[in-house]
Amino acid sequence: MTAVEIVDLHKSFGDLEVLRGISASVATGEVVCVIGPSGSGKSTLLRCVNLLEQPNSGKIVVNGVEITDRDCDIDGARRRLGMVFQQFNLFQHLTVLDNLTIAQRKVLRRDKAEAERVAMDNLTKVGVADKVRSYPAQLSGGQQQRVAIARALSMGPEVMLFDEPTSALDPELVGEVLGVMRQLADEGMTMLVVTHEMQFAREVADKVLFMDGGVVVEQGPPDQVIGAPQHERTKTFLARVLDPIHRTE
Amino acid sequence: MSPRKRQQFVRGGQYVVFAAVVLLVVFAADWSSLRQNFANLDVAGQAFPELITIALKNTVIYTLSAYVVGFVLGLLVALMRLSSIAVYRAVALAYIEVFRGLPALVVFLIFGFGLPVAFPGLTFPFDQYGTVAVALGLVAAAYMAETFRAGIQAVPRGQMEAARSLGMSHTRAMVSIIIPQALRIVIPPLTNELILLFKDSSLVFVLGVTSLTTELSKFGGDLATEHANSTPLVLAGATYLVITLPLGYVVRRLEAKQRKAR
Ligand SMILES: Nc1ncnc2c1ncn2[C@@H]1O[C@H](COP(=O)(O)OP(=O)(O)O)[C@@H](O)[C@H]1O
Ligand SMILES: [Mg+2]
Repeated sequence: MTAVEIVDLHKSFGDLEVLRGISASVATGEVVCVIGPSGSGKSTLLRCVNLLEQPNSGKIVVNGVEITDRDCDIDGARRRLGMVFQQFNLFQHLTVLDNLTIAQRKVLRRDKAEAERVAMDNLTKVGVADKVRSYPAQLSGGQQQRVAIARALSMGPEVMLFDEPTSALDPELVGEVLGVMRQLADEGMTMLVVTHEMQFAREVADKVLFMDGGVVVEQGPPDQVIGAPQHERTKTFLARVLDPIHRTE
Repeated sequence: MSPRKRQQFVRGGQYVVFAAVVLLVVFAADWSSLRQNFANLDVAGQAFPELITIALKNTVIYTLSAYVVGFVLGLLVALMRLSSIAVYRAVALAYIEVFRGLPALVVFLIFGFGLPVAFPGLTFPFDQYGTVAVALGLVAAAYMAETFRAGIQAVPRGQMEAARSLGMSHTRAMVSIIIPQALRIVIPPLTNELILLFKDSSLVFVLGVTSLTTELSKFGGDLATEHANSTPLVLAGATYLVITLPLGYVVRRLEAKQRKAR
């Protein structure tokens, strides 16, 4: 079954055409990683998928519902997609527990006990259950990002979107977040992940998309796209990312 | 003379000038007349307890009621100012510009003399208190609106996006996520606004006040005229300072705390 279907998606900011006809699909239970140079439109693609940006044209279908349809209930559609941001974006004025319960209560209308039970389950899953009473500013980056993942999971999303979830982390904290994502993938969560972690993409992804200049240049299984790229642009990009000397770029 | 020496010399000179001015004032002033006129215990006795039970009480009521009106209206205007609907933005902007451009005194005069002529029979609830709350509140709202706007815009964009990505509507995200964080940011400037209002409440006199609706400035002024003695003014002034100085201190502490938290 297809969880997310993206058809000929176009998005411009003024004169700048950022997405120039993207078509891709994510099957249910599949992990798709999007790689590509900075500025190639990866974030914009993800933001279009949960309608933080309005595409200019094209279609996005999530589990049979066309969310780009004019009559579609945007808030309802977003609820079905969990989003994890590069900068975590935890609600700074709320405790970890309240970060996880507020949308459950206000949007899903769950009662307090139910919302807290779901929150605790997810916090336990990502390994920060001992931090329920803390405020985001008191947590490390890795802990914050794991809380952000738990917050998205608490809404019971059908698909999880990750936009460079480890790019803002100190190197020693990257592993704990990737570990949680790996576990989610093992449990069968459908995931669309923008990442620069090639090792993760190789091991966890079912499919890899290489984007450059607003188009999907190449896609396929990781061993093919990362292991044996066909296109010159993909090769150049991978050479730069995988070359240890330029790693920090 | 070495530059260092010269600097010491100049500094020393500045102290000498300061001391000279102080001495001059001290010796030239007529202290007994001053005490008689500004610190007259007999006259001071006359000011109590009304200075506290009526004047201060009314000043506080005028200030707080205007503050509540200004707070609610200011938040509303700020949200209109940030609205995606152009008409709301235009109205909010016009409101802010007009009421920040007018002296509060003029607004009071309009309320005291203009409105009753324009709308005969117009009355505000709670008489004088209602009129003051609205007139002073309208002025305060314009300033508070700009403060709220700045506070809302200071909340990082990602907060709204995270809220929306969880399925919250724009309004829900504003109420539950953005405004609570904005309020924390604007506590110091809003406390400053309270201090300003506390002083501006003295403008109530242009509406004409009775012995029961009088406030600190008017009370002090009237009593001073009655006794041909300035002591009541000193008392009124001291009462303002008793409130404003601690509040000012609190504002500075809060600001310092926020700077550190950055
Ligand atoms: N809101 C926006 N307004 C204008 N330009 C934008 C906006 N968001 C992204 N862009 C531009 O779109 C291009 C692609 O950005 P992005 O999708 O963030 O790329 P990536 O995530 O692959 O680095 C960049 O040139 C960026 O400057
Ligand atoms: Mg990006």
